[in-house]
Parts: sequence; structure tokens; C-alpha cells
Amino acid sequence: MKKFGRFALGFFVFGMAAAALVWFLNVRDETMATATAVNLADANLIARGAYLARAGNCMACHTARGGQSYAGGLGIATPFGTVFSSNLTPDASTGLGGWSLADFWRAMHNGRSKSGRLLYPAFPYTSYTRVTREDSDALFAYLRSLPAAAEANRPHELRFPYRSQAALALWRTLYFSPGVYEPDPARNAEWNRGAYLVTGLGHCSACHSARDALGGTRAGKALDLAGGLIPMQNWYAPSLTFPGEAGVADWRTDEIVSLLKNGVTPRASVTGPMAEVVLRSTQYLTLGDLGAMAAYLKALPAAPSAVAPVNAAATGALGSVGFNLAQAAKLYEQHCAQCHGADGRGVANAYPALAGNRAVTMPSFENLVQIVLNGGYAPATAGNPRPFGMPPFVLVLSDGDVASVVSYIRGAWGNQAGAVTPLQVGRVRAGQAR
Amino acid sequence: MRKTHRIVSPAHFAFAGLCLLSGTGSPASAAAPFEDTIAQRTLACTGCHGPQGRAAPDGYYPRLAGKPSGYLYNQLLNFRDGRRHYALMTQLIEPLSDAYLFEIARYFSALEVPYPAPLPAVAPPDVLRHGQRLVMQGDPARQVPACAQCHGQAMTGALPNVPGLLGLPRDYLNAQLGAWKAGQRRAHAPDCMQAVVARLSLEDINAAASWVAAQPLPADTHPAASPPALAPGAAQIRCGSAPLPTMGSDTGTAETKVQK
Repeated sequence: MKKFGRFALGFFVFGMAAAALVWFLNVRDETMATATAVNLADANLIARGAYLARAGNCMACHTARGGQSYAGGLGIATPFGTVFSSNLTPDASTGLGGWSLADFWRAMHNGRSKSGRLLYPAFPYTSYTRVTREDSDALFAYLRSLPAAAEANRPHELRFPYRSQAALALWRTLYFSPGVYEPDPARNAEWNRGAYLVTGLGHCSACHSARDALGGTRAGKALDLAGGLIPMQNWYAPSLTFPGEAGVADWRTDEIVSLLKNGVTPRASVTGPMAEVVLRSTQYLTLGDLGAMAAYLKALPAAPSAVAPVNAAATGALGSVGFNLAQAAKLYEQHCAQCHGADGRGVANAYPALAGNRAVTMPSFENLVQIVLNGGYAPATAGNPRPFGMPPFVLVLSDGDVASVVSYIRGAWGNQAGAVTPLQVGRVRAGQAR
Repeated sequence: MRKTHRIVSPAHFAFAGLCLLSGTGSPASAAAPFEDTIAQRTLACTGCHGPQGRAAPDGYYPRLAGKPSGYLYNQLLNFRDGRRHYALMTQLIEPLSDAYLFEIARYFSALEVPYPAPLPAVAPPDVLRHGQRLVMQGDPARQVPACAQCHGQAMTGALPNVPGLLGLPRDYLNAQLGAWKAGQRRAHAPDCMQAVVARLSLEDINAAASWVAAQPLPADTHPAASPPALAPGAAQIRCGSAPLPTMGSDTGTAETKVQK
């Protein structure tokens, strides 16, 4: 009995110590959460905040479809349930009207709400923690300048145990470490500015990094940008480090800037989730900031893709699904060649070439299938205000047809990517039923 | 809202149509040469809505050609901003600016494409009589205005925002009125169609749609230049719509999620 008592005491002490550690790790680095002397009505500060809100693309998540800007309410589907974005307008009871600069800073830097509640990392504070206090204050000044909207925040719809604060506290000890961006003295100012934007407000890693089963980006490599399938969307955010996907080490800086500014370049165009990023965020950034981001992206160390190439399985898959080259070529001629050309070279400034196009040949096939099924437009930006579009084929082509034509273009004109099976197409198609 | 059938597709017909028009055998060589035109830029639309927006034969993808530009523009915004629901449509136009959407609306609005002859009505005569009465006279006892009060005696609509009712299949009309009744289709406030449809029963809707869908097109199919004069005793109806973008300005993408 005495022995059991000792064991119980030991267990209790250990439990308390673990809880204390988790608590400590969740509130560390909150010393800067004190008042600063800032004039929230300063027009220059507000303008800077508006620019930074673009860089962070805050509006995209914090605005419901058809709703007032920044009034929140957009549902963000995650593997753990749906998280609803919050009202960032200065409404006193439902928005940030009662918040202070310090409250906002703590949310950005530590991922905790005004009440102290831990925030879900769908709000990418794992990246925003790198934002400086000055930029956080400017963002807050901008949000306070918006028209107030009385829109009560909608409770998240998360499953147990993910909805509990204890689970979130534990998650944070594994995947979150607060800390403002520290400039690398070995790099120049431009690279450092780019790193600050890409890894901070830009929160590029939210999509361009693979997530593990708990929704965290790989431990120790939180900002690896090596590509990842976006949860729940069936779109693959390509690797920014692998030359076979979206790595830009060998691109000219002005090409990278043009892609982020206009949404199109002779080499590539953006589509799907990235079209929204260019539409609402990067097209508004200065050429200086885009150049800095380009410099940082160009200098990323090359790394292989997170997705293993499927070339080896290609022939087997082709055979097993009854892939018929002549039939696939006919489908291509019938549905694709009018715009993309019999030679797969496309039309300059209108229809992308498929021959040698990394979006076609990269190991992940999801985006290509998405584009064939749903069609799409490049974003209408100031630099490309009247984009050309691709019609959807979801009602025209069966899973087998899509698999055939996609496999065909992945293997034609010197392309050497693996085949795609009807089952894989079916999974993408089913994933988007709504 | 996904359609269940996939075998007979609108785009199949659309493509067949393109091939017939160009009159050559091989589809690749049949392709029209690339031209930098708004027609070329909207091939993504005509894949489903038929060449020149003449409608798909299955009744789900309505005609675009010749509808008032303000109407088409408002529908594009309604899809983008969640007042109408069709995921394929919404995600296609999502990255486009107000100015470009208006240009697309004006392009289809200006197209002169002949209408197909209406399909003969299959509804019983008393249903059609009820439909005709609702469309042309309304039902004052239930405060249901005549469709013709806004859509015109010729039912060809009125500039800039009131669509014509002819040349649309019964299934499409039924689906739209039903969606309004269920709150699945909305317009800018004041949503006049919502107020009208709320007073209709499903039988009313079917009767009106059955009769309208069987009416032949008049010699002049264009929308009237202005709203029809108000009949004596009829109450004025107010309908909301989006302000048109100022042409020649920039792309208008700045706050495209908000239409207040």
C-alpha cells in the first residue's frame, strides 16, 4: 500500500510537471505583449498595414463568400473538422473593437486570443510569429480603420479530441515555437527581406510544405517548402526547392516576379489555389518586395520532391488499365489540341505548352487532373486583366478518358512522367463533390 | 449540386457543333485558328453553354446569347458571391475581376444567335391555362404580379437587367423558380423574384414554366430598351442589382469579394 502511494504520488508529480511544461511552452515569449505608444489613426501606419494585410492575404480567409471584407465566417475544412475564420473588423462585441495592440500582437506572435484561449493553427501563427512588432501594430491599425461589421464568430466544428484546448496545447509544444524573424547576417538585405516575407506574413509553407498526421509541418523542417498536398482540397502545392516541380533556382528574377505579379509568364501560369494568392495578395506587392521574395526562393537549397516519382510503375499501370495509345492520342486531338496544339506547344501568352511543362510532368498528378476536370482561368490581374480560360471536362470525360489523356500528355513530346490510373482520377473527382 | 448524368454531355454537343460549323473531318485540323478575341477567351464558357452561348441541348446550361448584359453580369456575381450555387461555375469565374466579368457579359449579350423552336407543351390544357393566366395577368388576390409586368408582354425582357423568358426549357425554368423558392437562388436586395416566388406554389411554378417554355419567339427577340409601362392598378416592384463597373478603369479586383 505504501508502495502504491509512493507510485501514485510520483505519477501525480510527473503529471503536474508535464502540465506545467506544456503550459510554460504555450506562454513563452509573451514578454513583448505590452502596450506600445502607437497612434492608430496615423494614415501612413494604416496604409502600411493595408499593404501588409495584402502580403498576408488575410482577407481571403477572413471573408465569407459574398460577405463583408474581414468580417470572418469562412469555413476552412481540415482533416480534423471545420474551422471558421473570425471577424477582424473593429466591431466592439463581435470583432476586434475591444482588442488592444498587445492583444493583437499576442495573437500574431503567440497564437493566443485576447481571452488567453489557444488559437487553431489554421490561423497560420506558426508563420506569423516571425512578423515584427512594428508590422503587427501597423496591421492592427489597418484593421481598426475598417468599417465595423456585427458578425458573431461561428464556433468551430472540430471532432474530439482536436476541439479541446489541452490537445491544442500539446500540439503547440510539438509544432510551434514563437520567435520574430532573425535576419541572417551572412545574407544581404534583399535575401533577408524575402525570407521575412516568404516565411512570415506570406505563410507560403502553409501550403507548400507537407503535413503529417497531426496536421503539423514536418518537425524541424517547418519551413522546408518542399511541397505538399493541401489537406481537403486535392490540390498539390508544388515543391519550391525541387527543379522538377516549382523550384526557381534557374529562373531569371524578373520571371519569378512576373509570375507573382501577373499570374502568367511564358514559362508558367498559376491556377487553382495559387491563382487566388496572386489575385488577392502578391499582385499588390511592390516590385522590390517581389524581387526580394524571388531572391530568397532562388537561393533555396535544392531538394528532391516530397512525392516519389511514379515512372517505375508507369508501364505496369498503363497495361493494367488497358491504356490504349491510339485512343488516348485521339482523345487529345479531339479535346485538347485545338488550344494546346498537336505538338503540345500551346499558344504563346494564351494557352500553356504541355511539352516540358513542369505542372504536367511533376510526380504529383492531382493538379493536372483538377485542371482537366474543372477547367479554369488564370487570375485577372492588372498585368493580365483578360486571361484565357480552359473549359471543364468533368461532364464530358469519364475517369478512364481523363486517365488516358492525362497519361498521354505526361508521356508525349519528350515528357517522361508516370501514368495516371482511372482510380486515381476517380479519387480526385470524388474529393470535390459538393 | 452535381448533375447525375454524364453520358450525354453538353460539351459533346458543343464540340460536335464546332466540327460541323468548320466542316472538315479531322478535329485537330477542324479547330478554328487562334485569334486573340473575346470569343477565344470565353471558350471556357461555351464548352458547357454551347457555341456562342446558344445553350446546351440538355436544358441545364441556359442560353447566354442576347440576354441583357446587366442580367448576365449580375448572375456572374451571384455565382461568385454565393447567391447562386453551382460549384463548377463558381470556381471557374472566381479569379476574374468585375471589369472582365462585365466584358464577358457584354460579349454574350451582343451575340445574335437564332433561337430554336420551342418544344410542344406536354402539360394538360388546364395546367397551361393556369400558367398563361399567372404569366400574363398574375393573381391579384394573392398579390402575385404578372410575369409580363417586368419581363414584357413579349416576354423578351428589358434592358439592362430583366432577362427574357423565352427560349428556355421547362426544366430549366422549373429548376430556377424552385431554387428561388428554396432560397438556393438569390439576387441583390431587394430580391423581387424571391418575394414573388414565395407566393407561388410548386403547382403554380410548374404551370407557368410549362406554358412559357412552349411559347414561340416573336419576330423581334431583343429585350425592350426600357422596362414596360406599369398597367393601371399594378404595384411598382423594386429589384436590386449590382452597380456596373466603370469601364476603362483598372481591373477592379481590389475588393471583389464584397458587393454591398
